[in-house]
Amino acid sequence: MSADKTPIEVVKEPSMLKQKAMIAENYRKLTGAPETGRKVVSTYVPGNLNELIMCFDMVNNLPEINAIQNGMRQKSRGMIMEAEKMGHSEDVCTYVKADIGMMAKGNIAPNGEPLPAPDLLLLSYTGCFTFMKWFELLRDEYGCETVMLQVPYEGDGKVTENMRNFVVKQLKEEVIPTFERISGVKFDIDRLRENLRRSAAAEDDLVWVLQSAKNRPSPIDAYFGGVFYIGPIFTAFRGTDDAVEYYRLLRQEIEARIANGQGPITPEGDMGSEKYRLVVEGPPNWTSFRDFWKMFYDEGAVVVASTYTKVGGVYDFGFRHDPDHPLESLADYCLGCYTNRNLPQRVEMIENYMSEYEADGFLINSIKSCNSFSAGQLLIMREIEDRTGKPAAFVESDLVDPRYFSKANIKNRLESYFQMIDQKRQGAAAA
Amino acid sequence: MKCFVGIDLGSTTTKAVLLDEERRILGEGITNSQSNYATATKVAKLEALISTRLNLFRRALGLGDEGDAFLDEMVLKFRHEQFLEQLEDLHQTCAKLITAERFPANAAAVRETLDAIFGRLREESAAIFAPGAARRSDFFRDIAGSRFMRIGEEVAAEAGLSYDIFLNLYDKSIIEVENRPPGDNLSTNFQRALDGVIANAPQFNIDADAAKESLASALGIELEEVYTVGTGYGRVTLPFDKDHIRSEILCHGLGAHVMYPETRTVLDIGGQDTKAIQVDEAGIVENFQMNDRCAAGCGRYLGYIADEMNMGLHELGPLAMKATKNVRINSTCTVFAGAELRDRLALGEQREDILAGLHRAIILRAMSIISRSGGIKDQFTFTGGVANNEAAVEALKKVIEENYGKVTININPASIYTGALGAATFAHRALAN
Amino acid sequence: MSTTKIINRCQALFDDLDFTAVGDWKAADSTRKVIGFMPVYVPREIIHAGGMLPVGILGGGDQLEVIHGDAYYQSYICRIPRSTIELGVTGRLDFVDGLLFPSICDVIRNLSGMWKLMFPDVYVRYFDVPQNYDDEIGGNYYVNELQELRSGLENVAGRAITDDDIRRSVAVYNENRRLIRDLYAFRVRSPWKAPSSEVYLLLRAGMVLPVEEHNQMLVDYLAAAESQDRAMRDNCRIVLQGSFCEQPPLNLIKSIELAGCYIVDDDFMLVNRWLFDDIPLDGDPIANLAAAFLHGSRETAAKYQPDGALKGKYLVESVRDNAAEGVIFAAPSFCDPALLDRPMLAKAMTKHNIPYISFKYAENSGQMQPIREQAGTFADSIKLWSDA
Repeated sequence: MSADKTPIEVVKEPSMLKQKAMIAENYRKLTGAPETGRKVVSTYVPGNLNELIMCFDMVNNLPEINAIQNGMRQKSRGMIMEAEKMGHSEDVCTYVKADIGMMAKGNIAPNGEPLPAPDLLLLSYTGCFTFMKWFELLRDEYGCETVMLQVPYEGDGKVTENMRNFVVKQLKEEVIPTFERISGVKFDIDRLRENLRRSAAAEDDLVWVLQSAKNRPSPIDAYFGGVFYIGPIFTAFRGTDDAVEYYRLLRQEIEARIANGQGPITPEGDMGSEKYRLVVEGPPNWTSFRDFWKMFYDEGAVVVASTYTKVGGVYDFGFRHDPDHPLESLADYCLGCYTNRNLPQRVEMIENYMSEYEADGFLINSIKSCNSFSAGQLLIMREIEDRTGKPAAFVESDLVDPRYFSKANIKNRLESYFQMIDQKRQGAAAA
Repeated sequence: MKCFVGIDLGSTTTKAVLLDEERRILGEGITNSQSNYATATKVAKLEALISTRLNLFRRALGLGDEGDAFLDEMVLKFRHEQFLEQLEDLHQTCAKLITAERFPANAAAVRETLDAIFGRLREESAAIFAPGAARRSDFFRDIAGSRFMRIGEEVAAEAGLSYDIFLNLYDKSIIEVENRPPGDNLSTNFQRALDGVIANAPQFNIDADAAKESLASALGIELEEVYTVGTGYGRVTLPFDKDHIRSEILCHGLGAHVMYPETRTVLDIGGQDTKAIQVDEAGIVENFQMNDRCAAGCGRYLGYIADEMNMGLHELGPLAMKATKNVRINSTCTVFAGAELRDRLALGEQREDILAGLHRAIILRAMSIISRSGGIKDQFTFTGGVANNEAAVEALKKVIEENYGKVTININPASIYTGALGAATFAHRALAN
Repeated sequence: MSTTKIINRCQALFDDLDFTAVGDWKAADSTRKVIGFMPVYVPREIIHAGGMLPVGILGGGDQLEVIHGDAYYQSYICRIPRSTIELGVTGRLDFVDGLLFPSICDVIRNLSGMWKLMFPDVYVRYFDVPQNYDDEIGGNYYVNELQELRSGLENVAGRAITDDDIRRSVAVYNENRRLIRDLYAFRVRSPWKAPSSEVYLLLRAGMVLPVEEHNQMLVDYLAAAESQDRAMRDNCRIVLQGSFCEQPPLNLIKSIELAGCYIVDDDFMLVNRWLFDDIPLDGDPIANLAAAFLHGSRETAAKYQPDGALKGKYLVESVRDNAAEGVIFAAPSFCDPALLDRPMLAKAMTKHNIPYISFKYAENSGQMQPIREQAGTFADSIKLWSDA
């Protein structure tokens, strides 16, 4: 999710430099916490309560992001194998194993400094069961305090009053008091409101950027590029001035690209002419991220919408953090994250993307680690094919386990897929 | 004559198909993929050219089906000529390695013995290519290799020399020879073959002059390769530009369509993967699914089972056909297959019953990939190496009937050429458009 | 009635992948409705109170040939959802008017939405439970969820489900739980008289029979088993911990016993034993169900343990209370909750010097040889250790 050290040397837009600096700064804060005395909280991307965490002057550490960083730096393999040596099953989530293996290897942050043990684990249990076991395992290692925020699943495709009240009540009676106790800072709801206001401003620009993909050619890649664009809003920066500034810069850059009729930026410069517009479901693979991306831009394939970029919050259907209803809007934010939505909702969302973004096809990157995403994807594929008549394709990989990325296999399928789209087009044109 | 070439570079074999302007098949050729895709392509194409010349000869001579036996005979003679030519090449290549530096003590003896080995090989080669003789393979390496081992050992022993010397010479030479496909002597070999048949097989009652004239005219036709399309796993290594490459999914779908125009669903079970393809009435691929990263249920799985049971791959099907009882095998996981097999044997199950269960398990696995791609629509075409396995075909027919009712199932004896045929058809279409 | 006769009946019910017994029950009266539920826990009392039959849907076992189900799942996902879909698409679950998917993992969670898409005429509910055990927080949430469930079930039943209806059903299920507690206590006392394969089949019968009938069956079995002489073997005593959502093949249970291990506690079909105590019959029945869940229910991998110091304590206590000598962990392949939980439980075992072994299984595992070998070696090592 971060551009840091992933060599995008061709073009360095101001937004990229800005994000890189923000991430470096957060890791500096984290690894410097033992000296500064700042308290550290670990929490997850989906349902992360950054605005609230900021109210207690705590630093936010996100284990998924560490796993991604380690994946992109080719360090995750050793960490995963370390965890498997310790008795963790080869069957389970590799984010968890990379995290545990990282700890076993000294918990070194990307800046080369050791990460401090967290003072608090905020178990934002949103859209993924594994989160719960993950933090039980971390609690077992760190022996630190854990506070749980259970976010009910939208089993019937809607948020009920009961769900919202439950989340708000947990925030009021368990999460906030725990934060106050650990940090020694009293909760100030006006401070939260200010943070939420900044969140909403950044979210407006983010949505504008994501929706710019409706242009032809699309000025962005909403999956491979998209994971960089969501970086700040999904992590330790939502609610900060930095994030507002980042999205302002990004928007300006994309506006310029549209004005110039440019396609997306890729690691090798501007993409050639746009030949295929795709919607993608599922997280990317991080260990071969650039190889994977290259298979798309080399063929002129651009992703115009993706579901992964909604995993840390769905903003493009109108939701914004709301300073006038602070706790309620935090609850709605958590409840609405992509993997907290039921299968019919996910299908509808993708169907909507397929038509709104005028996509030629639908691609699933099915991730071994992530049952929350993956279980049911083959039905999603079938539904989208039936509803849109557009061809779908299915490839498999893993988040950070390089043993599950078969380049030749994926390339073969993608090539076949693009050729199939071509052939269908020719068939349609001939008819 | 304009012709269109399709090349399918598979992981184990490479195939070539030539089409004429009316999209009729002119010739088909196949060879081992070996380690070198470029050579494999050359050899497969050469083989396709040979079969093309024969077809043209057949056309020129106006032979119908009744000419099959005659042509078969001629092919054997031709193969023999070709074999002798390659054998000579191998002989020369081996001989070149016998130098005084290498064999200071006995270069002459080694050379003499080598000549004797090749003399015997040449002598007995006529029998190998005699009508009705069983050959395990048509590939030069397979025939020459196995005979060299036998004869070499005998002759070396007679000469009092170590057999290892000759094995070593052979090993050093064979790859070189294999990568040097026989080239310019097609016409001569054909003519010799025809002369041989006319001289030795009067039963065909062929007008020698007409035949020679027809052969000359068939050999005289210039074959203009207008457009070539490559496909298969090795396609990226082909020195073609992108317009000349198609994925094997597309080629397979189109190839099956050309063979059976009513085909709507194609299943291909090869060594490395399983593909389910849905095509429309024009042979255009509408959907496809392949096995996931788990290789369960591919042809390779049968290979493991064969190894585990100490049997040849081609022996599995016939044994499974003898099953009298249903044994349910749940694991198509190659890793667990051996364990499950041993467990079943330990429980006293019969080998044939277990094997029948294994074949059904593979087919069930393929069925779920088909189901993923959209199910089975009439007609259904089955291709790939596993389509030659009668037990797999039997299981497939049964499972299809259980799940989809009566469906026409096509299995073409030439199904190995499906991908290459599709590629050649793409080549034809590319020019037509 | 002899144990053999009872167990034969259970075996027939277990083998019947067409749920004929349920179909017969339903066919007897055109107004009858059936509510299926998946592992691990749903409050069957509310279903029963609506005059409906709760039926446990526990996958397809090792005899179902899965074709269509596999088309919906990647190779790295466990077996139970595939075989359940196979049962669905082959029409074997057509009798189901509603299906409940308890909140236990992402796979079963997503299956609830898949069922909505694939079977739009069926009442489908994702049954969420609290992971917060405060009456005012998780408790309130859960009471409201139960009320929503109740009203959904009323729609299926076509009638109101009153508090009194629920109280009456609670009484029947209290009886069922009591009998199952008795059965487990009997097995702890004399495991040679109640083989675990039989205990398992008895529990499975309860997944498809009306509870009243099941209660009678349990009474009969206990009486028959008590009076029957069976040979006691020199087996060791173990607790089998499987987080059983996906069910073990019956052969797995038999193999463990044949290898020399008496299973004296297990977590098969937790729905039967989820609540420790009787639910009070007075007061608000929904509030009572909620309180029982919050304060008197079992631990399993799908449930959060708020206090790290208590992690694994229940298993240590089970070993102690049931005089067991070791633990066998048998997790379903690809089961995230069970496999992620296991290292923590194993650590607790190590801390208390309780020997354990671990392996994985699938509902359709064919080969038992490795399991027999491991369990046999484990039994031998326990005996050697206790002799020393």
